[in-house]
Amino acid sequence: MFLRQILAIIHKDITAELRTKEMFSSMFVFALLAVIIFNFAFELRVVDALTIAPGVLWVSVVFAGMLGLNRSFVLEKDRGCLDGLLLAPMDRSAIYFGKMAGNFIFITVVEAMILPIFAALLNVNLIQPWILGVLLLGTLGFSGVGTLFSAMAVHTRAREVLLPVLLFPVVVPILIAAVKLTAGFLDGQALADMSNWMQLLVSFDIILIAVSYMTFDYVVEE
Amino acid sequence: MRIDKTTILNVIAAIVILVALYLALIQAPDPANVDTETQRYAQRIIYFHVPHAWVGFLAFLVTFVGSVLYLLKGQRRWDILALSSVEVGVAYMTATIVTGSIWAKPTWNTWWTWDPRLTTSTVTWLIYISYIMLRSALDDPARQARFAAVYGIVGFISVPITFFAIRWWRTIHPVLFDSSSMGLSSNMRFPFFFSLGAFTLLYFVIMIQRIRVERLADRVDALKESFFAR
Repeated sequence: MFLRQILAIIHKDITAELRTKEMFSSMFVFALLAVIIFNFAFELRVVDALTIAPGVLWVSVVFAGMLGLNRSFVLEKDRGCLDGLLLAPMDRSAIYFGKMAGNFIFITVVEAMILPIFAALLNVNLIQPWILGVLLLGTLGFSGVGTLFSAMAVHTRAREVLLPVLLFPVVVPILIAAVKLTAGFLDGQALADMSNWMQLLVSFDIILIAVSYMTFDYVVEE
Repeated sequence: MRIDKTTILNVIAAIVILVALYLALIQAPDPANVDTETQRYAQRIIYFHVPHAWVGFLAFLVTFVGSVLYLLKGQRRWDILALSSVEVGVAYMTATIVTGSIWAKPTWNTWWTWDPRLTTSTVTWLIYISYIMLRSALDDPARQARFAAVYGIVGFISVPITFFAIRWWRTIHPVLFDSSSMGLSSNMRFPFFFSLGAFTLLYFVIMIQRIRVERLADRVDALKESFFAR
């Protein structure tokens, strides 16, 4: 029952997105532009693309993801859909998990599209199983807490401006761990040598999503 | 003239802070293990830097507790506690980062380095700046209190990481206390713990005043409303 409610919200978000493709296209083009700008910004000084690849990848993912998260609740609020969802006879946490899963899927799809292009442009082998795993774990934590803050930011006067201010300092530990792990796997290190970073990433995902789940009710309450 | 209790506390705090300054700057011995004169003077920052860092974390812990209690009980007083403590904590945290930077220049030969503990302290500081920005971006008082409480709880997760970062990751930041020994000689301990107590007392004194200001502001709002409603 709970799962069906979550799936219904994901279904609604994907249907709405597929009609306009607004979010996909803007996130994709933004990430592409980011890597091109990084290319110009770093080209003169950096000898080896391998040293900057993890940072470029994660900054692009996080900034592109921010665009998606910003839109996540704007549509819900402006068209009155949020009120409808709140009136529906279901647990509020289903809204949280539905929206979070939707954001996670959107960001992951964009990552799947840009990763081959990044690998080609930076000439670095990014498509390795462990790097994909780190990408998924990082995106999970990012969209987990991002969904909560997105629901808060939509009610503020500044709106789109405030979300990055709220989100970035909180997701810094995820970002550090993810960049460290990506760099390690690119250098050919084994997971056993970096298990503390992996533990940090996984425990942060769990803690942030649990706390977001527990506090989401207070954010959507009228 | 009637002297109220907080005035007495203010005077006590002022005296204690002056004594702490004397102990830290004059009475405390020079460190034995540093070479240059500048490093010797810079070392005395420890009597301010560490107490400020401690009070900063204490203040954010108070905010966390206030935020949880506000969400559970919905009483305005817990919101006032949380918001006052953030403001005082940010001031203390700013002092921590600035004093640390001043110490780092003669000791590490740089104003700043991306050491894990410095990084996480800065991130914690940024979180509570964002907390203040979030509050000011919301008009509805009830929503302001609820959202701030949620952010105060989520943001606090980063504070223990700041604290444990020094143990989890390799770092050049000195460890003052570990399980077996202490990095301070015995005649430095008294000035150190005295400062720790003095700045903690100062935190409580400022908090009392800050909470009072917020309560008075609430009363002014209530009076305004009843006046215009008439």
